[in-house]
Amino acid sequence: MRSATFNPYQPVLPRPHERKRSQWGMALFIATEAMLFVIFFFAYFFLASNSEQWPFHEDPSFKLALVLLVILLLSSVTAHLGQRGIEKGDSKSLNLWLALSLLLGVAFMSVQYFEYSQHLKILTPTDNAYGSIFYTIVSFHLAHVVLGFIMLAYVLARALAGHFSAERHIAVKNVVWYWHFVDLVWIVVVCILYLSPHFYGTAL
Amino acid sequence: MHDTLSIDEQQAKDRLESIWSEPGGIRGWISSTDHKKIGKSYLVTAFLFLLLGGIEALIMRIQLGGPDVGLLSPQAYNQLMTMHGTTMIFWYAAPVLSGFANYLVPLFIGARDMAFPRLNAFSYWTFLLSGILLYVAPMLGIAPDGGWFSYVPLTSEEYSPTKNIDFFAFALIFLTVSTTAGAINFIATIFRLRAPGMSVNRLPLFLWSTSTISFVIVLSLPALTAALVFLELDRLVGTHFYDIALGGEPMLWQQLFWLFGHPWVYIIFLPATGMVSMILPVFCRRPIVGYVWVALATVLTGLVGFGVWMHHMFATGLAEITTGFFSAASMAISMFTILQVFAWLATMFTGRPVLRTPMMFCVGFIVLLVIGGLSGVMTAVIPYDWQLHDTYFVVAHIHFVLVGANVFPVFAGLYYWMPKMSGRMMNETLGKWNFWFMFIGMMLAFFTMHITGILGMPRRVFTYSADSGWTLLNLITSGGAFIFALGVLLGLLNVIYSWRRGEIAGDNPWGADTLEWSTSSPPPEFNFVRIPTVASRHPLWDEHDHTADPENIRLLLEGKQSLATSSVEAADGQTVRFPSESVLPLCLSLVIFALCLSLIWQLGWAAALLTLLGFILTAWWMWPADKELVS
Ligand code: HEM
Repeated sequence: MRSATFNPYQPVLPRPHERKRSQWGMALFIATEAMLFVIFFFAYFFLASNSEQWPFHEDPSFKLALVLLVILLLSSVTAHLGQRGIEKGDSKSLNLWLALSLLLGVAFMSVQYFEYSQHLKILTPTDNAYGSIFYTIVSFHLAHVVLGFIMLAYVLARALAGHFSAERHIAVKNVVWYWHFVDLVWIVVVCILYLSPHFYGTAL
Repeated sequence: MHDTLSIDEQQAKDRLESIWSEPGGIRGWISSTDHKKIGKSYLVTAFLFLLLGGIEALIMRIQLGGPDVGLLSPQAYNQLMTMHGTTMIFWYAAPVLSGFANYLVPLFIGARDMAFPRLNAFSYWTFLLSGILLYVAPMLGIAPDGGWFSYVPLTSEEYSPTKNIDFFAFALIFLTVSTTAGAINFIATIFRLRAPGMSVNRLPLFLWSTSTISFVIVLSLPALTAALVFLELDRLVGTHFYDIALGGEPMLWQQLFWLFGHPWVYIIFLPATGMVSMILPVFCRRPIVGYVWVALATVLTGLVGFGVWMHHMFATGLAEITTGFFSAASMAISMFTILQVFAWLATMFTGRPVLRTPMMFCVGFIVLLVIGGLSGVMTAVIPYDWQLHDTYFVVAHIHFVLVGANVFPVFAGLYYWMPKMSGRMMNETLGKWNFWFMFIGMMLAFFTMHITGILGMPRRVFTYSADSGWTLLNLITSGGAFIFALGVLLGLLNVIYSWRRGEIAGDNPWGADTLEWSTSSPPPEFNFVRIPTVASRHPLWDEHDHTADPENIRLLLEGKQSLATSSVEAADGQTVRFPSESVLPLCLSLVIFALCLSLIWQLGWAAALLTLLGFILTAWWMWPADKELVS
């Protein structure tokens, strides 16, 4: 009835799509999250500059952090390939690459778990201020990985429900953006928390 | 059937009505995504917090009305002072402006709703519930008492062992969620949904300030979140961020808090000036003088906020923090505020001012702002003068800035836009009484405080002795406080009275220039029958017919729709759709509320389950209903 009676009202405008609106939303969400990490790093250096010795015991080992980095970088690539797939209308490839990204996400969380279990033997968050800020930053990043993981899973569910097409896949784009952001944050975390202490030695 | 040219207006309206109407009653309220209903709820809630904070202030003023009044213990005084400051700064001053923005932004830009209507509902519910969370603490008899900036180590577990600070911290974290969501929504709305032709140089000035502060919110609120997260980790988990014994640093709290606190002053100030920049010219019967300068001053105020920020970040000396954030803030504000004040004065001198109530509040605001600015400069140029530091001079100054720069413009806005919201005019006689009570009360209460401060009365004291010589001044202050409160009450009574009995307003009772006045009062649920087009800064004052739409391409009758345009030029209309109303935003807010409680009481399993539930609800919320998917 709607179409029969009201067809003439149909706007003579491009077909509905909401691309920009939700992209603004995601970009701003990422911006505010990024600021949170900026503040965390500020706190890290602020505490460092007020301490005689930093880190308190020994420099953190960076081997596993680099393994984690490789996993995340790979997952960024797979997520990107999934997005490329759906841009060409290939929903099979989207499903495949999303599933692979999720697997890599699981890998990241498992290795992170192992890293924690090793690291906690040397240092705990309640030992001293260095431990507090170190674990807070790494755990907040982990929480963002989990959030990004849930987003990817949600997008995969929608993909399997057949929601996306070459023209309509804005949710995929937004979530992949977020995943890249999580990846980017880890690069900075590795540089600042894991690598930099080896360069400036123990005294900052 | 109908061909394009024969659609009559009434048919289109009926159709829009059936698309946009929401269920009534309680169910309608809790599921509403209509920005006008949400805006009104925001305003009502914010005014309730103003009343709460006001009552707390009055109790303090009774205690301070004479020497050695035994009404309050020092403990109770600290609690009241903290609750008052916190309520006013966080749950009244910014949300009341969000309330106006919620109601008005889509109307200003010729849109039918906010960019993310459900997120908008979410912002409201989180605002309301975070306020309730804050007030759970005093109901349990453990009101926070660390002052509104809750310095550590006073608020560390060692010195505040009860759960009071935990409520304060979680309520604030909860509120930042609301504020951030709101800011993102405003930016997306203002940059995407403007009517064709409303390029940025034609924006109503309130939108310049709202978008500026929204960016400031997105970038500065994380500092508060981080400070509070560290505080709670220290208190609940046992970390050592602020614990000097194990490498922590109490100064970190102050750094982070003022990284956020400094921009926050603009957040509760700029939208208020934006409202004045829109109201004042209407009552001077001319466009504002120096539109570009005012817009620029607005944006620059936001930027300078971040300049000071950088300064904080890289030059983290101790001294400059103690010089007082209010003075630094006032200095930076004053440069650009002076510019705006001159624009307003020039508008008044070159126009023909009509002294209706909204205009009186605007003029009162300018007077208070100038006084507050001067006292701010005084505290800024003599920062090391311990005579003034931490005395009532500071209390006087912050109230001149906050009450002058926020409450007065808010009342101007209330008198100006209430006819649009209710369809009825506010009572002028009551309005004039309202204004003079508030203005005179303000002068008696807070101007006097300057003198009390110069005489050396310290702030945050719960009483004083008779021989200190402050008795008369304090009595005047307390009297003034009651007169001021009476003024506020008169205003709220006026709203209630006029909502039912006021004269019918008509579409544009003030002969104003902006789009909200082109639709009926109160506006229909869909705001505009046709998305208007804009050809100048003053759509209702120019020759251009903003409703002209011969081909009916801006009726948009296929579901909840509006027009999206390019961010700068506002060209290239595309239709966008809005989701249907939903109770999920409320459910999610309730889950977060419960999550906060479970964290306060350290119930790990409950917290984990609630987080999971939150994710499920979010996924449900985001999952598109079938009908929106058709493409
Ligand atoms: C009826 C009007 C008001 C009265 C009588 C009043 C009175 C007071 C009093 C007595 C104090 C405590 C001063 C001290 O002991 O150091 C205070 C503090 C404060 N007030 Fe108000 N006030 C009023 C309205 C407002 C409004 C509208 C705002 C903000 C928008 C506000 C913001 C504050 C802040 C931020 C503090 C500082 C709290 C602290 O030191 O932690 N007040 N006020």
